Amino acid sequence: MSTNNPTTTPRPSATFDDYTLSEIRRAAATGIYDIRGGGAKRKVPHFDDLLFLGASMSRYPLEGYRETCNTNVVLGSRFAKKPIELKIPITIAGMSFGSLSGPAKEALGRGATLAGTSTTTGDGGMTEEERGHSELLVYQYLPSRYGMNPRDLRRADAIEVVVGQGAKPGGGGMLLGQKISDRVAEMRTLPKGIDQRSACRHPDWTGPDDLEIKIHELREITDWQKPIYVKIGGARPYYDTALAVKAGADVVVLDGMQGGTAATQEVFIEHVGQPTLACIRPAVQALQDLGMHREVQLVISGGIRNGADVAKALALGADAVSIGSAALVAIGDNDPRWEEDYQKLGTTAGAYDDWHEGQDPAGISTQDPDLMKRVDPVAAGRRLANYLKVMTLETQTIARACGKNHVHNLEPEDLCALTIESAAMAGVPLAGTDWIPGKKTF
Amino acid sequence: MQTFDLSVQPLRELNQALHEIGDGSNETSFEVLNPRGSHAVAVGIDAPVDVDVRGSVGYYCAGMNSEATVTVHGNAGPGVAENMMSGTVIIKGDASQYAGATGHGGLLVIEGNASSRCGISMKGIDIVVKGDIGHMSAFMAQAGNLVVLGNAGDALGDSLYEATLFVRGSVKSLGADCIAKDMRPEHIELLSGLLEKAGVNDVKAEEFTRYGSARQLYNFDIDNADAY
Repeated sequence: MSTNNPTTTPRPSATFDDYTLSEIRRAAATGIYDIRGGGAKRKVPHFDDLLFLGASMSRYPLEGYRETCNTNVVLGSRFAKKPIELKIPITIAGMSFGSLSGPAKEALGRGATLAGTSTTTGDGGMTEEERGHSELLVYQYLPSRYGMNPRDLRRADAIEVVVGQGAKPGGGGMLLGQKISDRVAEMRTLPKGIDQRSACRHPDWTGPDDLEIKIHELREITDWQKPIYVKIGGARPYYDTALAVKAGADVVVLDGMQGGTAATQEVFIEHVGQPTLACIRPAVQALQDLGMHREVQLVISGGIRNGADVAKALALGADAVSIGSAALVAIGDNDPRWEEDYQKLGTTAGAYDDWHEGQDPAGISTQDPDLMKRVDPVAAGRRLANYLKVMTLETQTIARACGKNHVHNLEPEDLCALTIESAAMAGVPLAGTDWIPGKKTF
Repeated sequence: MQTFDLSVQPLRELNQALHEIGDGSNETSFEVLNPRGSHAVAVGIDAPVDVDVRGSVGYYCAGMNSEATVTVHGNAGPGVAENMMSGTVIIKGDASQYAGATGHGGLLVIEGNASSRCGISMKGIDIVVKGDIGHMSAFMAQAGNLVVLGNAGDALGDSLYEATLFVRGSVKSLGADCIAKDMRPEHIELLSGLLEKAGVNDVKAEEFTRYGSARQLYNFDIDNADAY
């Protein structure tokens, strides 16, 4: 046999790709599952797979700079004496002090307030930074009840009962020892430096019948003034939404699998829950079947990045959206200016997700006093406000192009889909056809 | 004394009145008649008043209580005194699940038995149960003291943090990371004080066994995976 025979090109396995191989080696070396922050990184059908049709002969557009297109949203009009009134249909999602630094929480509050919207606490209680700088603050009521107290409940503007989140439907919070500083430990009544793994179920209610009684208690304690949201992960959106309404929610917050977390297992983030796009129509259908669409507001989160995403979520029937990961980027997360420091951590700007380790070069997902100084809350808050305003302008641009004088007037009929999958999930026709997979044609 | 008869007055009137008590108010004593298992009776009080509930209550009686003394002359449903901050709640009969759940402070006395998950996730509250407690009690309990004059069910103190448990009778089984510990003089003193506050005069602290966290699960170790 000749030694000069041509050889085949080395062929990496599509199944055992570089990332998979590295994870097997990492697991074998460490004996612990991979933990990280953020949401699903795999590619899933998303808002990019939808397009707006715009106006032409059959629809009249509105003048882009002259005719009004309103963006205000009222959340909590079902039962609460004091519903929340937002200027824009974009809120800041729940993120805890502990997972985030104090300056980062302050920046979120400042930015949201400048833009006329709300921000949200997280697992670990309410800090003065966020209450003091948030005109509208939603207080999360979580299974751990860390830092939960009636004083903060009363000084919140709304209450969000957290049943689940998109990154980990069925999982509890996680905050590893590196971030349990003295202040975080005190707020959570935990020993310093422990690996905190929160409960995944609430300690004093189980199921929607109990939740109805729990919500009644919260309303009695707050004299029926505060809107009560129920946040669910993208698991079974039709039934979960229906049950949240039955339990008495004013607002349902629905978080798809691209929604971020401070920390959980990679296997959980990537393999449990549904894409945001797949969750919206079933949730809207549940509200419509109950005659509660627009009476109980629907807030969608998980992978919202720009005004097009906002407009598409609203067109599919949401009343507002919520952003977490994108808001962190706006205040400085994964900024290339810190590339040298990211490299030292074995990663690169844009891919850094070891938020649980508390070494965030951008000073956001850390409790390190030196690192957190890198966040200027005033400047970062201004950037967040700018970003929220740009998203709102983009949403208005699209709404006007579709002939709508309020962003809530966008509707599924304004959309088409680029792929069969997204057409089926969003319940809109495949582009160039009148075919909605899984449904009759119209 | 203000009296609210829940057979003719809505619950809302009771709780609103309790929330409107201001500093220096002369209204320091309330009586609730015919609770008939109502949920959320006397919740969210933030004043040093006395509330006597004549009958049995449903879920979350005295929830998030601060400063008040609430006495239920009957049985209590799930989540009595949940997330209590301070004050005293006394149940003359039995209590259902999650009694004192997530409580940060104050004293909860249950003169009868308590069901499962008593003191779940407690964060500083003191709970004294004169009878028995059910399974999974003090699950993930973080701080405070749970005193049981009778027996405890399965998986007591599972995944316990820094709460202290005192049980006079038997414990059916201990949960993960919960162990029996020595009763040192400071524990005898602490427990004696709790018994006295709860009006227990015929039992000695020396009759109890102390349980607490072995602290082996505080930081993840793959070799402890079987315990999870």
